[in-house]
Amino acid sequence: MHETLDVLMDALPYVLQGAAVTIVAVIGAMFLGLFIGVPLAVGQVYGGRLIRILCGLYVWFFRGIPILVLLFLFYFGLFTLLGLNLSAVVAATIVLGMTSGAYQSQIFRGSILSLSRGQLKAAQALGMSNAMAIRTIILPQALRLSIPGWSNEYSIILKDSALAFVLGASEIMARTHFVASRTYQHLPLYLTAAVMYFILTWIGLILLRSLEKRVRIKGYVH
Amino acid sequence: MQTNAKTPLMRVHGISKSLGGREILKSISLNLYEGEMKVLIGPSGGGKSTLLQCMNYLIAPDRGHIELLGQHIDPGNHRELCLFRQQVGMIFQDFNLFDHLCALDNVSIALRKVRGMSKKQARERALSELDRVGLADKGHLYPAELSGGQKQRVSIARALAMDPKVMLLDEPTSALDPELVSEVLAVIRGLAQNGMTMIMATHQMGFTRSLADEVLFMQEGRIIEQGSPRVLLAEGSKTRTLDFCSQILDVEGGV
Ligand SMILES: Nc1ncnc2c1ncn2[C@@H]1O[C@H](COP(=O)(O)OP(=O)(O)OP(=O)(O)O)[C@@H](O)[C@H]1O
Ligand SMILES: [Mg+2]
Repeated sequence: MHETLDVLMDALPYVLQGAAVTIVAVIGAMFLGLFIGVPLAVGQVYGGRLIRILCGLYVWFFRGIPILVLLFLFYFGLFTLLGLNLSAVVAATIVLGMTSGAYQSQIFRGSILSLSRGQLKAAQALGMSNAMAIRTIILPQALRLSIPGWSNEYSIILKDSALAFVLGASEIMARTHFVASRTYQHLPLYLTAAVMYFILTWIGLILLRSLEKRVRIKGYVH
Repeated sequence: MQTNAKTPLMRVHGISKSLGGREILKSISLNLYEGEMKVLIGPSGGGKSTLLQCMNYLIAPDRGHIELLGQHIDPGNHRELCLFRQQVGMIFQDFNLFDHLCALDNVSIALRKVRGMSKKQARERALSELDRVGLADKGHLYPAELSGGQKQRVSIARALAMDPKVMLLDEPTSALDPELVSEVLAVIRGLAQNGMTMIMATHQMGFTRSLADEVLFMQEGRIIEQGSPRVLLAEGSKTRTLDFCSQILDVEGGV
């Protein structure tokens, strides 16, 4: 028992540094996914035939392949082929973000479609260009409606980020594994990792919930 | 009423439109003269909304074209189309206010984004338009906090802020509770008396009799009768318009 506690105390700062890596990767992936997902959703809803097909292909590709396969495909395959010398964390963040973009686009798409078609017409009738109407009228509302879906996506990316371990990214899981394989304290160490993921999920959900409250429109029931 | 010697402010020429395999508009032509108020009447599904939305290309007509002040509009040119739409105000049956913006911002957003006005200028202009529709003190409220009549008046203020040359109104009072209809009609009456050129789909017969310069009776995608309300709605005249109107009056309990 004493020994276990010593190992845990020694390992904790080391694993906590891994938590910082995890947080950076997850936040990076969320935002990359946002910047990919929004145009994809707009393209899928308002684009012409070709654009819709291209956006659809992207979504289909990233939703249809396991993350583990994508991580290997990009890190060892594509990035190497392109001569990009990316660190494992950066590569994992990019792959998680691109995958999340596919899923986030479906969240935004649902939100856009749930808005009344009339508001877009009203904006166009005032002389707004299509792009401006989407930017100033549709997206501000669609993004608000997407926050609950975003919370869900956050908890998924957080858990998927543990897979970055296979590329050698030194996040929570990799560091826990490293210590566990040297000290043989598997149960307490992996439990610690589990608790960390749990706490990170919980903090993220609370932050997103408060964001949702902050941007709520008065009197608005959707 | 104007004579045909003047060029019309807006000219609708041979507009046809098919939707879902059915021809909804069958070569509709009409002229709107400066200061004129035309009323579109007709049974549900006759094509009134479709026609009004073709008039600012929210629905692209299959054939035909629109002219504003003698100028042919090319809807394929997005810039030109946006400039054209700035000059044509539209009022919708269900208001279509921007839900995420307060009343003031609903009115000012296009002034800023389309007209490029400064925030302060746009705000002042929006306040004066809200004042014109009797809502000067409601600018901070969001659409969900307004009554139907107030929403429709905000949407009128929003359209007026762009200084439109002509207004298209699609049953502006049909979605309102009966006690809220008059406040909206009062605003529209004020516009008519100030010389705004308008075409409006409505079933408000009293309003039509007193304010319309011309009534267009539309059925199955065609204008089948047109003329002044005094003639078309005269007691004992054998017009389809009168027939239709007496039916809706019966339904509404003879308002
Ligand atoms: N997108 C669409 N696809 C197929 N049919 C449509 C579409 N939009 C409208 N229609 C049809 O076109 C016809 C005319 O519709 P429109 O809304 O213009 O009539 P309206 O005269 O405004 O009727 P109301 O008095 O009920 O408002 C209707 O039969 C309607 O079902
Ligand atoms: Mg209609």
